[in-house]
Amino acid sequence: MQTASFPVSVTVHAARLEYDGAPLFDDLDFALAGGRWTCVLGPSGVGKTTLLRLIAGLAPRGGETRIVCDDGMPLAGRVAWMGQQDLLFPWLSVLDNVLLGGRLRGEPMGVTGRGTRARELLRLVGLDERMTARPDTLSGGQRQRVALARTLMEDRPIILMDEPFSGLDSITRWRLQEIAAEVLRGRTVLLVTHDPREALRLGHYVHVMAGRPARLDLPLALDGETPRRLDDGGLLRRESELISRLASAAAMMEPAR
Amino acid sequence: MTAWLRPLVILAGLCAAWYALVRLTGVPPYLLPDPPRVFEALYRRAGYLGENALHTLAEIVLGLGLGATLGMLTALSLARFATARRWLLPLVVVSQAIPVFALAPLFVLWFGYGMASKVAVACVVIFFPVASAFLDGLRRTDRGWVDLAQVMGAKPWRMLIHVRLPAALPSLASGLRLAAAIAPIAAVIGEWVGASAGLGFVMLQANGRLQIDLMFAALLVLAVMAVALYYATDTLLRWLVPWHPETTPTDD
Repeated sequence: MQTASFPVSVTVHAARLEYDGAPLFDDLDFALAGGRWTCVLGPSGVGKTTLLRLIAGLAPRGGETRIVCDDGMPLAGRVAWMGQQDLLFPWLSVLDNVLLGGRLRGEPMGVTGRGTRARELLRLVGLDERMTARPDTLSGGQRQRVALARTLMEDRPIILMDEPFSGLDSITRWRLQEIAAEVLRGRTVLLVTHDPREALRLGHYVHVMAGRPARLDLPLALDGETPRRLDDGGLLRRESELISRLASAAAMMEPAR
Repeated sequence: MTAWLRPLVILAGLCAAWYALVRLTGVPPYLLPDPPRVFEALYRRAGYLGENALHTLAEIVLGLGLGATLGMLTALSLARFATARRWLLPLVVVSQAIPVFALAPLFVLWFGYGMASKVAVACVVIFFPVASAFLDGLRRTDRGWVDLAQVMGAKPWRMLIHVRLPAALPSLASGLRLAAAIAPIAAVIGEWVGASAGLGFVMLQANGRLQIDLMFAALLVLAVMAVALYYATDTLLRWLVPWHPETTPTDD
């Protein structure tokens, strides 16, 4: 099922981006390890989403910003995006939403296997029964699962996620984290989140972003299979450590207001 | 059930108030006829009224179709081409500053006393609400959708057709509803300026001959036609744009 080629690492060099004349970040270096989940935590307004948009090509690259992949190929066209909202198109059925990318690129819809693959992916996220449904008849969790299937349909080696589970209740969020960790295994993932527990559960590297211009600290490296169980003492200790680092990052934002 | 009943009750109430007003004040029928007289005129001249109503309806439908099509095409090209927007948008806005009443005689001069001049008036009136509502919708696409489509590699035309256009359909629908509501007014304005058929023509003629009951009957037919046109348009749009929050039931 997985056809995206081998894990790709991405390095961001000297990223610079101005917002309202002041640099949101300047000379920022950042790396995404191939085939791993990198999580970025930080107070609101620090520029987490903007960093994600910069990598996705949705924000202008300022100054000397360079983004390179370890296989020497350009990043453009190899990224899939999952936003804060599910971003399903209300006028398309669930299945057509999953097939959206091909439609937008004008790929012939009749290509063999596309429909089959979309159905398989919907089965994978447990929604093959609702293929012809309109998105507004689905629950929030179901909608986000369709968005996950749409992301997988793109079959890109690099996945950028902007708090994709933040709008869900905790049980649904828990399940979706499990599904996402499962189906995105082996891809290079950047997950922006405000939830330290989510980062500890899913991430291999966890950064805290702080200050203005923003900096990323050295990542907290975690090993073991994801999604992790949170009942071991080590992770709980790390959670409180992350929370105190987030609190001081938030305190750094105060004078700017 | 009550939803159907309520307008009927309101209508009956209005008729009763009208009747009472005529009776109590003793206004002569050549100034304000009472409802029975109007219904009598409606019945007596049904053929004549029907013929002219059909004429007006044709003008309205043609004007609506033509004006809406022009409006939609203009909105699409203005949304797609920034240069066109910079040059033509001020022109479109300024065109609205010219009152249609001032243009109607010109249209009669150019297109004659027949149907064409009324269709032209309706077309001009309908064009603006459709074009502006649609353009507004096309320019206000949810940024998340645009971002997603951009990362997926959508070219500008495909972005317009597959993302911005469907996303703008609810806005277009409000423009079309407004257009359906004002189209009858536009056609009647056209007929008042110069015509040989249509409900506006009937009203003008009846007024001149002090056949006020016939004038009211024509007005009644026009009102019923306008309301029917509005609801038909509304129903069609609800069916075409079923995902619009405004059109989905609020009680779920």
